[in-house]
Amino acid sequence: MDTLVRENRSETTTNRQQDSEKFVVPVATVLENADGYTLQVEMPGVNKKGLEMWVENNELTIIGRRSMPSVAGTLIHRESRRENFQRAFELDPSIDAGKISARIEQGVLTLTLPKAEQVKPRKIAVS
Amino acid sequence: MSLIRYESPDVWRSLDRFANLRDEINTFFDGPSWPAATQQAQLFNGWTPALDLYQTTDDIVALVELPGMRKEDIELSLHDGMLTISGERKSDVSENDKAARSERFVGKFRRSISLPTRVDANKVNATYKDGVLTVTLPKAEEVKPKQIQVNIG
Repeated sequence: MDTLVRENRSETTTNRQQDSEKFVVPVATVLENADGYTLQVEMPGVNKKGLEMWVENNELTIIGRRSMPSVAGTLIHRESRRENFQRAFELDPSIDAGKISARIEQGVLTLTLPKAEQVKPRKIAVS
Repeated sequence: MSLIRYESPDVWRSLDRFANLRDEINTFFDGPSWPAATQQAQLFNGWTPALDLYQTTDDIVALVELPGMRKEDIELSLHDGMLTISGERKSDVSENDKAARSERFVGKFRRSISLPTRVDANKVNATYKDGVLTVTLPKAEEVKPKQIQVNIG
């Protein structure tokens, strides 16, 4: 079965238009194995304090607000974006939303989204 | 911008470019809310981490966005007034994992920038926090601003 954590783009766009706060979409990788999904989201400058996540109507929204190191000097060259990060994903029905866990390390958020017990492959013994 | 020197693409990068181009095409059909700037940068340069440069009285400070690296996989070098940040991000996908979406860069990267003033190569200091590398390069003594006492007769 080809299931994945889908990105909910339309919702993200709507949110962006409604809010005055501007966001950029962070780069993400989704891995799947028999036990569930792993979602990795790159948000440089974001730590635990700047992280906000919620699941509503089977949709996972992630917001990461940056706390970049402040330098008391003149900016002479800039490539980084000022905006914070936001991205939304539609959760596959096989995911047990109550068991999602998260950690953030060096600006990469890793979410573990386990599949519900009843959808995991199970061997049936013949008696 | 003339401040940045981009590495000329080598054979491997050219091959990478095709892989990225395929992604780019898929993206085009997928919809508009993709991190387009990042993708475009990667299309030509593999990974070009965003770099900000500050000047203080005593130092040149570079902030480089390098999310999810291990400290020991980041390399810094200084040569002829050119600061180079290079390294490798290793894949953490295990055999049992299947990538359903794969946007994160995996592999080697290199980024160079020429510094606006001479710096003291022996006193360079770097810290890595929240996926951001901060490199502090003290200016060479002869380029630091000096207070000059002028006696007006």
